[in-house]
Amino acid sequence: MSIRRVERDLNRFRQIVRGRIKKDLRKYMSQGEMIGRQGRKYVSIPLPQIDLPQFRYGAKQGGGVGQGDGDVGDPIGRGDPQQGEGEAGSEPGQHVVEVDITLEELAQILGEELQLPNVEPRGKKNIVSKKDKYSGIRRVGPDALRHFKRTYREALKRQLMSGEYNSSDPIVVPIREDMRFRSWKETLMPEANAVIIYMMDVSGSMGTEQKELVRITAFWIETWLRSQYKEIDIRYIVHDAAAKEVDQDTFYHIREGGGTKISSAYKLCNKLIDERYSPDEWNVYPFHFSDGDNWGGGDTRECVELLRSQLLPKSNQFCYGQVRSLYGSGRFAHDLEEYLGKEESLVISEIADRDDVYDAIKDFLGKGK
Amino acid sequence: MKKTSLPPELQASWEDIEGYARDYGLDFYPIIYEVLDYRTLYETAALGGFPTRYPHWRYGMEYDQLIKGHVWLGSTIYEMVINTNPSYAYLLEGNEMVTQKMVMAHVSGHVDFFKNNMWFAHTNRKMLDDMANHAARIQRIIDRYGYETVEDFIDICLSIDNLIDYHAPYIRRHDSQTPQPIVGEDAPDIVEGLKVDRAYMKDFINPPEFLEQQRKRMEDERAQQRHFPETAQKDVLLFLMNYAPLERWQHTILEIIRDEAYYFAPQGMTKILNEGWASFWHSKIMTKKALKDGELIDFADHHSGVVATHPGRLNPYKLGLELLRDVEERWNKGQFGKEYEECEDIAAKRTWDKQLGLGRDKLFEIRRMYNDVTFIDAFLTPEFCMEQKMFSFRYNRDTDLYEIASREFKEIKEKLLFRLTNFGQPFIYVQDGNYNNRGELYLRHRHEGVDLKIDYARDTLRNLQKLWSRPVHIETVVDEKKRLISFDGKDYGERKID
Repeated sequence: MSIRRVERDLNRFRQIVRGRIKKDLRKYMSQGEMIGRQGRKYVSIPLPQIDLPQFRYGAKQGGGVGQGDGDVGDPIGRGDPQQGEGEAGSEPGQHVVEVDITLEELAQILGEELQLPNVEPRGKKNIVSKKDKYSGIRRVGPDALRHFKRTYREALKRQLMSGEYNSSDPIVVPIREDMRFRSWKETLMPEANAVIIYMMDVSGSMGTEQKELVRITAFWIETWLRSQYKEIDIRYIVHDAAAKEVDQDTFYHIREGGGTKISSAYKLCNKLIDERYSPDEWNVYPFHFSDGDNWGGGDTRECVELLRSQLLPKSNQFCYGQVRSLYGSGRFAHDLEEYLGKEESLVISEIADRDDVYDAIKDFLGKGK
Repeated sequence: MKKTSLPPELQASWEDIEGYARDYGLDFYPIIYEVLDYRTLYETAALGGFPTRYPHWRYGMEYDQLIKGHVWLGSTIYEMVINTNPSYAYLLEGNEMVTQKMVMAHVSGHVDFFKNNMWFAHTNRKMLDDMANHAARIQRIIDRYGYETVEDFIDICLSIDNLIDYHAPYIRRHDSQTPQPIVGEDAPDIVEGLKVDRAYMKDFINPPEFLEQQRKRMEDERAQQRHFPETAQKDVLLFLMNYAPLERWQHTILEIIRDEAYYFAPQGMTKILNEGWASFWHSKIMTKKALKDGELIDFADHHSGVVATHPGRLNPYKLGLELLRDVEERWNKGQFGKEYEECEDIAAKRTWDKQLGLGRDKLFEIRRMYNDVTFIDAFLTPEFCMEQKMFSFRYNRDTDLYEIASREFKEIKEKLLFRLTNFGQPFIYVQDGNYNNRGELYLRHRHEGVDLKIDYARDTLRNLQKLWSRPVHIETVVDEKKRLISFDGKDYGERKID
């Protein structure tokens, strides 16, 4: 199928939003978002909008007309109420909407947004496992799977059609034919396991803002890879001059000081792989985040050596994300580029601010490895 | 565009619905339905219903939002139809039959409105072709001058595309575009006063004050004739097309954008009435004729979605539909006119029923003659506002919240009309195209109690300056003080004026 005519406009819009082109338009951009709920967590889906300047009224002075209950003086909500414009139901609007979404849907959207290819797992390609997914409705099934709402809906429909329904005595009683049951579909998943090993520099130069960038990036990476594999193990390593393994909570909140020896983390990562995650059995995804400062050239050389001889061959892909900090020199990315730029399984991405997160994810996951 | 011919089942349904609609007296252009998958549907929606538009990032933005809203929030476009002859309407592939029927009934209402409402009388019914032509012309310009250059220019034009005269198509404006023939060159400079037959009456018929007044008026007229433009002009775009130093391709683009703005304007002017009318008919046709018993629940479900209200928002479908129904009932029962208005017995008013049965006729009259402003102005009643729980709201600085301001009829109506008049946009006029006698552009904002969004106003001024190339000014009111904001190409200025 040919590329949609509107895709070109869409790409152009996205480039503007990401600040690649037409930078002067970015000041008219509002970072709208939709809030999705995923389990107990809230995730935000960016919904950027560019509003060209026009002669118009200031939003807050005007007010407007609405409909509903309430007394004079009652608040009707934050945000920007607008008179109904456009088609009903077609307006995401600038306000925040909460929706329930599953992790799978989230990953699907991410994949579509960034045009991510599916991962091709290494090794055991041919072994697939079955997974049940409740996605449909059918007429027969065990009572345990009865769909209450659908059943009563069918019953109501039947009564309306047959004229049994009495609006002054609206009792709806389902009979056998009204019953509806949840049904499942089997989906096939490649039987492949993956491990994500997150490493993060927690030396003095990494601030809260930098860790937030890492956290967001890591969340999306995890979301995507989870949609691609049956089982995912996640390990967390933090390092300054020395490295240690920590749990998730510590990983994001720990604040250490002192110098930086990246090689310490790479060594620990290598050790983890050797002990637990044999590359024959596992798809290995190490991610390393730092601000690019390292303790002298000697250590960087050691890192390069470790990557070349150990980590790169054992990993599906090794990703290095460099966040910008006030104190970091940002040298490490250049060094890696210089020594290992030709290695296919090494991906380097620089993350200066939130807007770069999506590009970084695309860099990391765009190869489908 | 990917096309699917209408499947036989849908075709049969449409033939039924078309029959019912015509029986009810709806009179519409032929309607061509296309069934599209959701991506194509949203692409078309992003392009304003037209398959071919010139390239611009904002269509991509619309598409992004529509798709995200669909995927994330499960929102769906109920109907999309364009004002052309024949009309094109789009159906979403895979929708349930009852939804498709409802949409088709709704669409027949819209097309009837397009065809018969006088505010649409001037619109170009061959716009499908024109839009495609516009796209082709702009593409040629892009090939020649480069994508970026053209896009930047389009951005500038879009930044002022609300500065048109929405009523121009319906009235004859004093036209200062065409040079006036020079008349009165030989007209006497002296004021003669009225003709006097008897000399002794002279001072009574033409007293000195009167002569002075006449002289003054003549001088003013002369000054006016030297003025440029002679009278304030609301169609700023037209003024720029005529007098701004534009290159040819720029002129073409500005003209295209102005054309399209005028084409879409009536739809903005009749949002409430048009949607109300279409909803009135889809509900009538479905519930009285087309609906099968088994479809009732699904229909009720969809219909309630269409007319759902949220606090702080006005759903044009709901408001239009309810107000039309209200009018129908009032005219059926004769609840209008002097006798009814003057009746002070509330109980009698409530049960007032003269069995006139004029409701339907009145509705067809409204569909022919009215737009949102006149519709609301003429038919909104205090009883209706109360029944519909309408309120006006305002922004509270202290709490950073919008809150209910009033439930008084007068205030609700005023606020509603304010939001609808001129699309709720400020009135801006070209006051002087030769300000300071240095070719500077002077715009005037007719202040109606609400200030301009000032950062946007400044940036718009900057865009205007790019077109005009001489300094530009806008007279407005900021915090109750008259201000003149200027931009000369490099710097902004702002000063108090009286």
